[in-house]
Amino acid sequence: MSIATIEKAPTEEPAPQLGEKKPEVAEKLVIFAWSGELDKMWPTLILATTGAAMGKETTVFFTFWGLFPLVKNQVRITGENWMQKMLSMMNRGGDEHLKLSKMNFAGAGPAMMNHLAKEHHVASPHELLEVAKEMGVHLIPCQMTMDLLGLKREDLIDGLDEPAGATLALAQAQGAITLFI
Amino acid sequence: MAMSMTIATSLDLKGLSCPMPIIKTAKAMKELAPGQLLEAFATDPGSVPDFKAWAQATGNPLVESSQEGGVFRFVLRKKEI
Repeated sequence: MSIATIEKAPTEEPAPQLGEKKPEVAEKLVIFAWSGELDKMWPTLILATTGAAMGKETTVFFTFWGLFPLVKNQVRITGENWMQKMLSMMNRGGDEHLKLSKMNFAGAGPAMMNHLAKEHHVASPHELLEVAKEMGVHLIPCQMTMDLLGLKREDLIDGLDEPAGATLALAQAQGAITLFI
Repeated sequence: MAMSMTIATSLDLKGLSCPMPIIKTAKAMKELAPGQLLEAFATDPGSVPDFKAWAQATGNPLVESSQEGGVFRFVLRKKEI
């Protein structure tokens, strides 16, 4: 086997300038968690924990139906007036009582989904919420929705950020990847 | 090339699904000093593109990505600050 060497005169031209600007990379991730169903909370929490694992400052702003997964699992009825109480009866809070947005079959769907998840070692929303807290993800409940739906701070799980409003959420969203789920 | 390849931390991520292999790796990488190596074993095929993407996004070089008998092995080097 012969080895050929090619001698090349050094080129005079400088290497092409790529410019000083690096492609912009968002250092933040903000997710608006609006839906609250099992099949929406799951990707919400997977993306939030992964964002934190990638070193992004990550925030999840829980609003409307998205607030119910934050209710403590043992809290059954929330709200002060009959409408709010009825709402919590029809839509039980807690990350272990989430429904599917399709094929719910009165709870049989989520039961099967949770079974499959266990079989495939997929972390549950409950576990992912704990991981999110551990990794410093900001979990912000929407104050206005809490008032509207009759959810008090003590109805919600520990480890959340202070309830806040749309302005704080949008301020966080400046220059961030934003998702509305 | 006589570069030392001492592994500082070894993670067993076999059986875990997305996003846990990356989450556990990111946590363990935090504990390493710059230049130290972490190896991770996983069985989730999705972890192959995910480790590559995580390395690129965070700037911690992926120095090895291999497979043997259905187990993926990744070696990451903690980036210099």
